[in-house]
Amino acid sequence: MEDFHGLIGLRRAFRAGKTRGIEWRMCQLRALLKLVSENEARFFEALEQDLGKHPVEAYRDEIGVLKKSADHALLNIKKWMAPKKGHLPLLLFPSRAEVLPEPLGTVLIFGSWNFPISLTLDPLVGAISAGNTVVVKPSELAPACSSLICQTIPLYLDREAIRVVEGGSDVADKLLQQQWDKIFFTGSPRVGRIIMTAAAKHLTPVTLELGGKCPVILDSFSESDLKVVVKRIVGGKWGPCAGQACIGIDYLLVQKKLASHLIESLKACIKKFYGDDVKSLQSICRIVNKNHFDRVCSLLEEPSVGASVIYGGSLDRENLMIEPTVLLDPPVDAPIMTDEIFGPLLPIITLDKIEDSIDFINARPKPLAIYAFTHNNKLKDQILQETSSGSVTFNDTMIQFICDSLPFGGVGQSGFGRYHGKYSFDTFSHEKAVLHRSFYLELEPRYPPWNDFKLEFIRLAYNFEYVGLLLLLLGLRRRYTSSRSH
Amino acid sequence: MGLEAEATVRELRAAYTTGKTKSFEWRASQLKATQKILTLHSDQIIQALRSDLKKPEFEAVIHEICVISASCKLALKELHRWMKPQKVKTSLISFPSSATIVSEPLGLVLVISAWNFPFALSLDPVVGAIAAGNAVVLKPSESAPTTSSLLAKLVEKYMDTSAVKVVEGAVAQTTALLHQKWDKIFYTGGSEVGRIVLNCAAKHLTPVVLELGGKCPAVLDSNINLKVAARRIIAGKWGRNNGQACISPDYIITTKHFVSQLVNIMSVELEKFFGKEPLQSKELSGIINTHHFNRLVKLLDDAQVSGKIVCGGERDVSNLKMAPTIILDVSRDSIAMDEEIFGPILPILTVDKIEECFGVINGKEKPLAAYLFTNDKKLEEKFVRNISAGGIIINDTILHFLEPGLPFGGIGESGMGAYHGKFSFDAFSHKKPVLKRGFAIDISTRYPPYTPGKRRFLSAVQGSLLDILRSLGSCW
Repeated sequence: MEDFHGLIGLRRAFRAGKTRGIEWRMCQLRALLKLVSENEARFFEALEQDLGKHPVEAYRDEIGVLKKSADHALLNIKKWMAPKKGHLPLLLFPSRAEVLPEPLGTVLIFGSWNFPISLTLDPLVGAISAGNTVVVKPSELAPACSSLICQTIPLYLDREAIRVVEGGSDVADKLLQQQWDKIFFTGSPRVGRIIMTAAAKHLTPVTLELGGKCPVILDSFSESDLKVVVKRIVGGKWGPCAGQACIGIDYLLVQKKLASHLIESLKACIKKFYGDDVKSLQSICRIVNKNHFDRVCSLLEEPSVGASVIYGGSLDRENLMIEPTVLLDPPVDAPIMTDEIFGPLLPIITLDKIEDSIDFINARPKPLAIYAFTHNNKLKDQILQETSSGSVTFNDTMIQFICDSLPFGGVGQSGFGRYHGKYSFDTFSHEKAVLHRSFYLELEPRYPPWNDFKLEFIRLAYNFEYVGLLLLLLGLRRRYTSSRSH
Repeated sequence: MGLEAEATVRELRAAYTTGKTKSFEWRASQLKATQKILTLHSDQIIQALRSDLKKPEFEAVIHEICVISASCKLALKELHRWMKPQKVKTSLISFPSSATIVSEPLGLVLVISAWNFPFALSLDPVVGAIAAGNAVVLKPSESAPTTSSLLAKLVEKYMDTSAVKVVEGAVAQTTALLHQKWDKIFYTGGSEVGRIVLNCAAKHLTPVVLELGGKCPAVLDSNINLKVAARRIIAGKWGRNNGQACISPDYIITTKHFVSQLVNIMSVELEKFFGKEPLQSKELSGIINTHHFNRLVKLLDDAQVSGKIVCGGERDVSNLKMAPTIILDVSRDSIAMDEEIFGPILPILTVDKIEECFGVINGKEKPLAAYLFTNDKKLEEKFVRNISAGGIIINDTILHFLEPGLPFGGIGESGMGAYHGKFSFDAFSHKKPVLKRGFAIDISTRYPPYTPGKRRFLSAVQGSLLDILRSLGSCW
């Protein structure tokens, strides 16, 4: 059998137990931190090359995220690896129960192109912490980052246990034909289906971090609060990779009467943050490639959509730049409102009352995140009870991504499984139940031949009716008979 | 068939959308309805299990009825606590903020059950799905038709059929159901169909729990209380559906010098449990159907196996009964050592040193459970650390299945996901993080235009308060 990219060696290394000890895992995590800090300038360069990402954005969304994850893992790994004691009923005395986390084995991580460093290497932190051997496949759509990851990883991390495989869909297909103990994928629902179908052949569990149309629900605000709200919305829409982000704001829902004031505020803020000339925009990424550029532009093609553009809309195909664009009430059945935008276009949908946003969201596939700006506790409760999404953030955007205590993942079409913090460790672990029993204190009713006494004993045992059991043993309790009628 | 399945799903989704299944009251009412089914119809359930599997009354009560009764009781007791949002700490990075994790139902759940514990393996996942607030379709196994039909009747009579339904049928009906869009699929059965389920789920990106099987090994060291060990193995193997269970000890590994003692004691205890004529014993379950009976006969009559029977081997084709059978040192590439036995045949493999068991077990697919009988603490620790299985029991068999504090599920070929106790509730929930932020502090370093000072600040914010204050000075 062909040894695809040394997979046999990785499996052998795992079976030999190389990756199990805490020392190996911590050593790899420290090496990853070293890799990042010693190559920071090169990472910035690669991100600039692939996406036009500014170093501040690159640090905030990529390098900083990775450092934070690795630090958090180093601080907590001993605790995470420790068995969890299981509470046992008196009946099973003397026994001891625990849940012991163990690595799954050899895992495959598919990175994504929009956050090509953090979305590729953050899952790696989890896989290493959990003690697995790993193959990482960065996205070929961010070639400079892919190449840099491929060059640096073997120099810092254990080559026998961690490999990087570069390439396009043909390489991905070949990887998917192999047998893995887990596949972690970040990307689109379309490719998610392909991954899961391939995984089904080997009964491989998967985590799929997909996307969706993440809405903002905007209630009414005082002028001073609105200033902050607008900054958070603008920063949350165009800040992460020019809108090319799975938890990026996709569209906004607001009450009709508040729309015009909102739009004016948005325009002012956009100009301040990014400038207003598509040829000289600052602090904003470009579109990743011509395919995606054309895809995003095509969302504006329909005349009724084009007519709804109220700000921006300028295009610079040569430099793959699209100006931050705002639309007001485009048709809800146009592709811009049915497909995930994944670009710098922000449709605003106006409603008679803000509560109508609940039905609007529920009529569409479950998103990865819902952002709701409101002080109204009743509305907050309604949103929580009546909508479903990967996560909900009140009065801010994006920031849930950096909270290590919160699980990050989707539901429905936005994916399943989760990671970040301990959830990363858990996602790459099997929680093995272990029960330790002794040979003393035998429970005779466990064994045939069966009789009514044994039946009643076990029936009481299941309900932990210790008093009943005592009475039964003392002969003071009526036994179960099968002819008992009701 | 497809249209019927579509209509069922549409109806359930409409019911789910009303929000009725999310309330505590609805969930509790359905759990109580399940308890009512058990209290008022236990005789019929016992009868159905006898009809489908010749299951002794004791096994029917203990392994099926009591299991559901205990699950309902636990869920009713704990439901308030399970449903409560869980407060979570937030860090300096998102200060000021507060966070909780809210458990919400996934929506529409499909439970596909198995034939060996056709009542318990149907209702136990359903109890979990209901406790978590979902609408449910249950597809019981067609290989246990009396139980399937009884389940359909009882669910119809006692439960809220707008949101909890039983769909009976065989391959065609199951396939039609699998082509619909579900929010979760819970399957108990074999790995071949498990792959089909996962493949269908992939089309809709539906998460699944697969409770499959495998060859669960039992390793016997020599310095043990052999009588107790033998009885626990017998109870776990033949006292439970006559070996037709996913966590039955499938084969034994022991040392060459110990095996004859083991075989002797097991023969003695087997006779105590099932009498001199086990085929006549009321304590022994039958084989489910002719297909499986013939499969087991083929396994026994295999040339590499037939001369190795050291106990049992009797069979009664007209009543589909097979006696507890022990086979000794069959070839490692015989069917008996290759496939999951799922029946009353127990191969014993002998090794020179007990440590050789690691090579044997790790050379096979990961099982749902692994059992070790030993008083050697070092061996115990090595076993727990180095054998990958769904669950491990030291010095006993099966019991972890009954312990709601332990997750029950497989790994690799033995499955994915887990349930029982709160793990059931979690398996059918989406754990939604909710982050609440305030407007009081809004740090401009988050926003463009980006400056080197802002980069320094962001870098420091992962450090100490002092780092942050130092860098604040250079931000503007």
